[in-house]
Amino acid sequence: MWKNLLDWIEYRIPMMRVANMHALQYPAPKNMNFWYVFGFIATVVLVNQIVTGIWLTMNYVPSAEGAFASVEYIMRDVDYGWILRYMHSTGASAFFVVVYLHMFRGMMYGSYQKPRELLWLFGMFIYLALMAEAFMGYLLPWGQMSYWGAQVIISLFGAIPVIGDDLTLWIRGDYVISGATLNRFFALHVIALPLVIVILVFLHIVALHEVGSNNPQGINIKHPKGSLKEEEKTKYQIHEYYTDKYDIIDDVVPFFPHIVLKDLVAFTVFCAACAYVIFFNPEMGGLFIEPPNFEPANPLKTPEHIAPVWYFTPFYAILRAVPDKLLGVIAMFGAIAMLAALPWVDRCKVRSIKYRSGLHKLNLTVFAIVFVLLGWLGLKPATPTFTLMSQISTLLYFGFFGFLWLYSKNEKTKPLPARISK
Amino acid sequence: MSNAPVDNGRRRFLTVATSVVGGVGAVGAAVPFIASWNPSAKAKAAGAPVEVNVSKLQPGQMLRVEWRGKPVWVVKRTDEMLAQLAKHEGQLRDAASENEQQPQYATNQHRSIKPEYFVAVGICTHLGCSPQYLADSFSAQVEGVPSGFFCPCHGSKFDMAGRVFQSVPAPLNLVIPPHKYLDENTILVGDDSGAA
Amino acid sequence: MKKLLIALVALIPSLAIAAGGGYSHPLEKAKIDLEDKASLQRGAALFTNYCLGCHQMQFHRYNRSAQDLGIPEELVKENLIFGDQKVGEQMTNAMPAKESAKWFGKQPPDLTLIARLRSPDWIYTYLKSFYIDESKTFGVNNAVFKDVGMPHVLEPLQGTQTAEFVYTEVHGEKTLSGIKLTQKTEGSMTPEEFDQAMHDLVNFLEYVGEPSKLESHKIGTWVLVFLAVFFVFIYLLKKEYWRDVH
Repeated sequence: MWKNLLDWIEYRIPMMRVANMHALQYPAPKNMNFWYVFGFIATVVLVNQIVTGIWLTMNYVPSAEGAFASVEYIMRDVDYGWILRYMHSTGASAFFVVVYLHMFRGMMYGSYQKPRELLWLFGMFIYLALMAEAFMGYLLPWGQMSYWGAQVIISLFGAIPVIGDDLTLWIRGDYVISGATLNRFFALHVIALPLVIVILVFLHIVALHEVGSNNPQGINIKHPKGSLKEEEKTKYQIHEYYTDKYDIIDDVVPFFPHIVLKDLVAFTVFCAACAYVIFFNPEMGGLFIEPPNFEPANPLKTPEHIAPVWYFTPFYAILRAVPDKLLGVIAMFGAIAMLAALPWVDRCKVRSIKYRSGLHKLNLTVFAIVFVLLGWLGLKPATPTFTLMSQISTLLYFGFFGFLWLYSKNEKTKPLPARISK
Repeated sequence: MSNAPVDNGRRRFLTVATSVVGGVGAVGAAVPFIASWNPSAKAKAAGAPVEVNVSKLQPGQMLRVEWRGKPVWVVKRTDEMLAQLAKHEGQLRDAASENEQQPQYATNQHRSIKPEYFVAVGICTHLGCSPQYLADSFSAQVEGVPSGFFCPCHGSKFDMAGRVFQSVPAPLNLVIPPHKYLDENTILVGDDSGAA
Repeated sequence: MKKLLIALVALIPSLAIAAGGGYSHPLEKAKIDLEDKASLQRGAALFTNYCLGCHQMQFHRYNRSAQDLGIPEELVKENLIFGDQKVGEQMTNAMPAKESAKWFGKQPPDLTLIARLRSPDWIYTYLKSFYIDESKTFGVNNAVFKDVGMPHVLEPLQGTQTAEFVYTEVHGEKTLSGIKLTQKTEGSMTPEEFDQAMHDLVNFLEYVGEPSKLESHKIGTWVLVFLAVFFVFIYLLKKEYWRDVH
């Protein structure tokens, strides 16, 4: 009965074939460590954002007059509305925590190198779309920080020569940020960008499954057809989509259940961290929800100190470090563009940091520290000392890519092992 | 696969146990999403019990109040109206109010707490129109019954206790909302806590 | 690397400087205890008697307080609601916005979220720091909120205070470094009673800022307990499946 139904469906749509190809019989390197759980977690967070977002939309009022009050309505009058709202606000920050760790994993193990360039680029597009999504979402509560944060970011486009002023006017749809801006941001935040992100995530996964998952050793698990002896091949059943083209070595496990179970263990810990924030510390000391946002937007009064939400601050610090408006904007977007260019900046053939030179290890460590430092500086007021520190950090940020390009061509690497394990 | 023997019993137990615990978690996670569809504090405040002062109501007069967005009638019935109730019971679908369209304390011939005051939700039990109160021209609808309620939408007819007549589309008597007397002249519609 | 180290060393004194930039009055610690229903109830009474005339709580309903603080609705109607408002309505006043802006220079702000905006310590210290300043419209100024446009509403309770300004020389410039407040006339409360009253009021404001807090810690504890249990199961299951992988 059950079998007949499945067969009936399978004849009409390849449900089991897709499930087998992408989960049950997808070969994943067995040495994928702790750093490899963030892709899975990011997907679940995306689902959380979409579902809680839909539920918030049920009571949110997208207008300058009603937005602030409707958020408080959700927080107070709707049963458990506060949980839905905090799940969404915490989810937004958690999304960036997870994405930053996911990206750093890629940098450590060279997951952007050939043949994963496009995979990396799709990831960068997701990251960009996510920043746009978060930025527009932050305007919606219509608090003081929402308003003035948006004001500052939109003004960045004013730095573009010739068309700058007209462009900012067009983006706002008014001479100041107003209900018109709020409404278009709302439409983009709830419909357009989520669609874009979901499509990009789909492409990201399709690209991943085409080239296969990297691993902490950075060596291939797929070998040319006919190059492996029978006893060297994996004993797990792997989908013929992969085995037709390659010999899969005995260092893999199927994605389901092995990798999924590992991801779920990490996901449970991640949930506990999120639950702590949602139920005990939803503002996260002003990092996830900034106190000035508890005052309704007032176009006539700027808060004393405007800081973007923490996940934008590394780039905000770079922006402020450059003493010229246009160059600052270029530096900020350049910082993101450099990340996207990583597959071509890094000319080394060895992927994993484990087998790369001491110089590379140092360079990447400094980059990680500088990125966190820039994030911290972006939260601080622009005093002369902080500005100097931001400038040094900005140089080191771009220096990472410069050095990498120089030394990676003829880098002294360690010999790669033949297999992940014996 | 590996050569090590697989302990199938343990694996099956853990799979089932984890699924069950995970299922409990999924149900728990669904609670805020489902509960958020309940009437909010705002809706509850708007639908709060309504106080009606009946001291100025003349015999035969009707007062309309809004409770939870619905019209609620308060009619002060005359002695003749009350006397008439017993006379046409043969023509009614549910003369003894056997269907639960009223609280326990209104399950009587006059379908109210005090005989003279009739409190009812003014919505026809057929398709939700609001019937008209015909104080002295109802006999055109039902011969020999001088007053009652007539629904213009599909012609349903109710007597002065909101009981539906036979051979009309409406299947049930009019709904009597929970209510109680705060004092001699004040009725609280929508709340009967503490009442019998 | 060297530059980075220099910058890091340079950071240490700059943190201290960052706190400067104009005089800021030291804040006293407010006692926040959302479990203390009696304190919250006293705070609610103080709020409706002394604040609600000018400051609204347009997002907070009377009956939410009744429910959360364990006050019977009848008592709320008798003691907290002065107009003809219903118990399910929000705590608003009838003060016209435009006129009030004329009277005070700006419309008195809504206080629903003030504790989340300003922090309880700030409000507590602010409420205690009014001092006589005849140059101001209402004859008072505030050590925490310079040139405040609010009269000293709690004067009948606290009495009046005078301020003594302490200056120090910084780089040859006379800079304000402290404001010392001393009691001038007595109010109906002793200083200790007044402190307690302000703790109660701030406690109530903190509660109104986020009423879900009463519930969230309880639910959160259960969620964490559940996740701990689930972790044990999922971890054992993962182990079970990975036992075969070497």
